Amino acid sequence: MGIPLLAIGPEPLDLLPLIAAVTDRGDASGSDGAVATFLGLVRNHNIGRVVHHLEYEGYEPLALKAFERIAEEIRQRWPDVCLALHHRIGRIEIGGASVAIAAASPHRGHAFSACRYAIERVKQIAPIWKREFFEGGDVWIEGATADPDDDQARADAERIACA
Amino acid sequence: MRVTVKLFARLRDLVGAAELTRDVAPGATVGALWHQLAAEFPSIGSYERSISTAVNADYARRDQVLADGDEVAFLPPVSGG
Repeated sequence: MGIPLLAIGPEPLDLLPLIAAVTDRGDASGSDGAVATFLGLVRNHNIGRVVHHLEYEGYEPLALKAFERIAEEIRQRWPDVCLALHHRIGRIEIGGASVAIAAASPHRGHAFSACRYAIERVKQIAPIWKREFFEGGDVWIEGATADPDDDQARADAERIACA
Repeated sequence: MRVTVKLFARLRDLVGAAELTRDVAPGATVGALWHQLAAEFPSIGSYERSISTAVNADYARRDQVLADGDEVAFLPPVSGG
């Protein structure tokens, strides 16, 4: 029933179904006091370049496992949080959403922290890449070497999430 | 034995294929397969220290020994979000 909590695919993203999904706690519905959300957008500039659009690509089965790992890390750190995380792939125009996250909790602090933690971990370990098409060319963006067992990266994400 | 190689993003562009099949010696590791590819496609050699690797859609270390039919992925640094 309903949408999956974790997903990667070409469909446009919408936060409202994610909010509904994380606050549907079955018999325990009504226990949440807060939902924190994050929507990552394609912006029209990057390090001095005029950006026209982005193309995202992912190794989908491994990306889903990475999302499951992030959700499990959040269950360990903030057991009262329910997380939803959807990442879009394919071409996305300026202003379009590339990633949508919702975190529900009885307490707003946990919701905010888990939401921030999730996007930091996506950037560290999700096998997803963006290609930037800008005025005058295109380039693959390369960030972190993905290593889910890197405890220092995980600690960095937790520190940022709890700042 | 034979394995499938999957390449992504700029690695795929440099090699010119998203998927390859390669024969490897029994006992070959993920790292040995990478060196075999880097010898064949010198332009990817600069990724030696920055790639991640996966076997059958699970992150794997470079010392993992391959089995016949494995799907081995080489992943450049990621940039999701």
